[in-house]
Amino acid sequence: MFYKISRIFALTFLAVLIIIPVLVVVFGSFKTDLELMTKPLALPENWTLNNYRTLLDGGEIVTNFRNSSIVTLFSVLITLFISSLASFGIARVINVTGRVLFVLFSLGLAIPAATSIIGIYELFVRFNLTNTLHGLVVINVASTLPISIFILTAFFRQIPNELYESASIDGARPFRLYRSIALPLSKPSMAAVAIFLFVITWNDLLYPLLLITQADLKTLPLALLDYRGEYAINFSMIFTAVMVASVPMVVMYLSMQKTFVSGLTAGAVKG
Amino acid sequence: MTLPAVILYSLFYLYPTINNLRYSLTKWDGFGEPEFVGLNNFSRMLTDDTIFNKVLSNNIEFTFLVVIFQTAFSLLFAIFLLKNSRSATFLRTLYFFPTIISSVSVAMVWQFLYEPNLGPINVFLKSIGWDFLALNWLGSETVTLRAIAFTQVWFHVGQMMVVYIAGLQQIPAELYEAAEVDGATRWQQFKAVTWPMALPTTAVVMAYTTIQSFRAFDLVYSMTQGGPNNSSSILVTLIYLTAFNEFRFGYAATQSIFLVVFILAITALQRRILRTRY
Repeated sequence: MFYKISRIFALTFLAVLIIIPVLVVVFGSFKTDLELMTKPLALPENWTLNNYRTLLDGGEIVTNFRNSSIVTLFSVLITLFISSLASFGIARVINVTGRVLFVLFSLGLAIPAATSIIGIYELFVRFNLTNTLHGLVVINVASTLPISIFILTAFFRQIPNELYESASIDGARPFRLYRSIALPLSKPSMAAVAIFLFVITWNDLLYPLLLITQADLKTLPLALLDYRGEYAINFSMIFTAVMVASVPMVVMYLSMQKTFVSGLTAGAVKG
Repeated sequence: MTLPAVILYSLFYLYPTINNLRYSLTKWDGFGEPEFVGLNNFSRMLTDDTIFNKVLSNNIEFTFLVVIFQTAFSLLFAIFLLKNSRSATFLRTLYFFPTIISSVSVAMVWQFLYEPNLGPINVFLKSIGWDFLALNWLGSETVTLRAIAFTQVWFHVGQMMVVYIAGLQQIPAELYEAAEVDGATRWQQFKAVTWPMALPTTAVVMAYTTIQSFRAFDLVYSMTQGGPNNSSSILVTLIYLTAFNEFRFGYAATQSIFLVVFILAITALQRRILRTRY
C-alpha cells in the first residue's frame, strides 16, 4: 500500500515537473508577455501568432534555422561515413594496430570538449576557418568521431567472421565487404548513431560560440542567446524562438522514439 | 579505411588538445606572441588563485549533487516503470523528453521558472505560504549552483532511467520469485536482489553522470555564465571565460590540463570503488 501510494506520487510529481515547463513554453509562445507573466499556466486567452510574426519578420531566425540545418546535415553525414569506415577497419583488424587506434579514439571520449577549445581556436584562426559554416562542420566531425567509432566498432565486432570469409573467397575487396555486408547489417545501429549525432549537433552551443561571431552565420542555440539579450526579458518572444529551435527535434522524437532512445542512450557519455 | 578518421581526429581534435601542454607554459593573450613563463601558471593555479579554488570546489559540489540525485532518482523511476504497460511506456517517453532539447532552450525555460518575483516557482511557493523558500534562485551566491544542479538532473534523469531499465530487465525473474517464496518484503527484495544485480549498471550510470556533470558547459553558460561572482562557475565555464573574456589563453590551457588530469583520476577512482568494467 505504502509502495503503491509513493509510486503514484513520485510518478505524478516528475510528470508534472516535465509537463508544466513544456506547457508554459508552448502556451507562452501564443501569448503576450504580460499574459505569460501574470498567468503562465493558463491557456492563452486569445491565441495570437504575433510573436511568430515578429520573429519571422526579423528574418534572422530563418537564417539561423538554415545555418543549423546545413551544419547539422553535413556534419552528420560526413561523420557517419568516415566513422563507419574506420569502425569497420578497426573491427576487422584484430592485431595491435586495431587496438591502438581504438584506444586513441577512446581518449577523446573521457575528455570534455571545453578542454581543447584554446588549441581549436588557434588552429581555426590560422586556417581561416572561423566564421565559416564548413569550419563548424569540420570541428563537429572531428569531435564526434570518437563516440561514433566507439559505438559502431562494438557493433561491427558482433558480425560473425564467416559472413566476410565467404565473400572474401569470392574475391571481394575490403571496401566491397564494407558496402555489401557490414553496412546493410548495421542499419539499426547506424540509424541510432545518426539520430544521436543529429541531436547533439543541432543543439550544440560550444563550437558555434567559439568560432562564429558573424550574425548571418549563427546557428539556432547561439542565436537564442542573442535573442535573450535583444528581447530583454520578453519571455514570450524567447519561448517562441525556443519553439522554432525545438520543433524539428520534437517531431522527429515523436515519430521515431525507439531510435531516439537507443541512440541517445548509447551516446549518453557525450552529454 | 581508418585513415580519414585518424587524420581528421588527430589534426583537429587531438593535436589542439595536446597543444595545451605547450600553451600552459606561456603567458598569451590569444593574438600576439606567446611569452614563455615556465611553470608559473601551474604554481599560481595550485597555490594562489582563490577563484580557481572556488570554482574547483563548486565543480566538486555540482558533480556530487548531480551524481547522487541523478543516480538515485533514475534507479527509483526505473524500478517504478520496469514492467511494460501502456502507462509505463507513455511515462518513459515523457521522462526521456528533456534529453532531446538543447541546453540553451532548457536554460531559457528554467530562467523563467526560477525568476525571483514573477517566476512560477516563487509565485507557487508564496501562494502556499512558504515565502521563506522563495529564493533568488539564479541570483544568489548560496543557491545558484544547486538550482543549476537541479535543472541538470531534471534534464538527464530520464536518459539514465532508460539505461537502468535496460539493466534491470536483465535480472532473472526467478530471483524475485524465490525471494517472494521466502516472504521477502519489497525493501528486502531491493537490498538482496535488485541492488547487487544492478551494480554493473549503477557503475555505468555513475560514470556517465560524472562525465556529463563535467561537461555541463552549455547549461551553466546559458543560465548564469558562472555568476553571480563565480558562485555557479564550474571548470569548463571557467576555462572558456579565462580565455575568451579575460584573454589569458596560457592560463586557460593550464586549467584545461588540470581538468583532464582531474577527470581521469576520478574515473579511475570510480572504477576502483565499483570494481566493474564498463
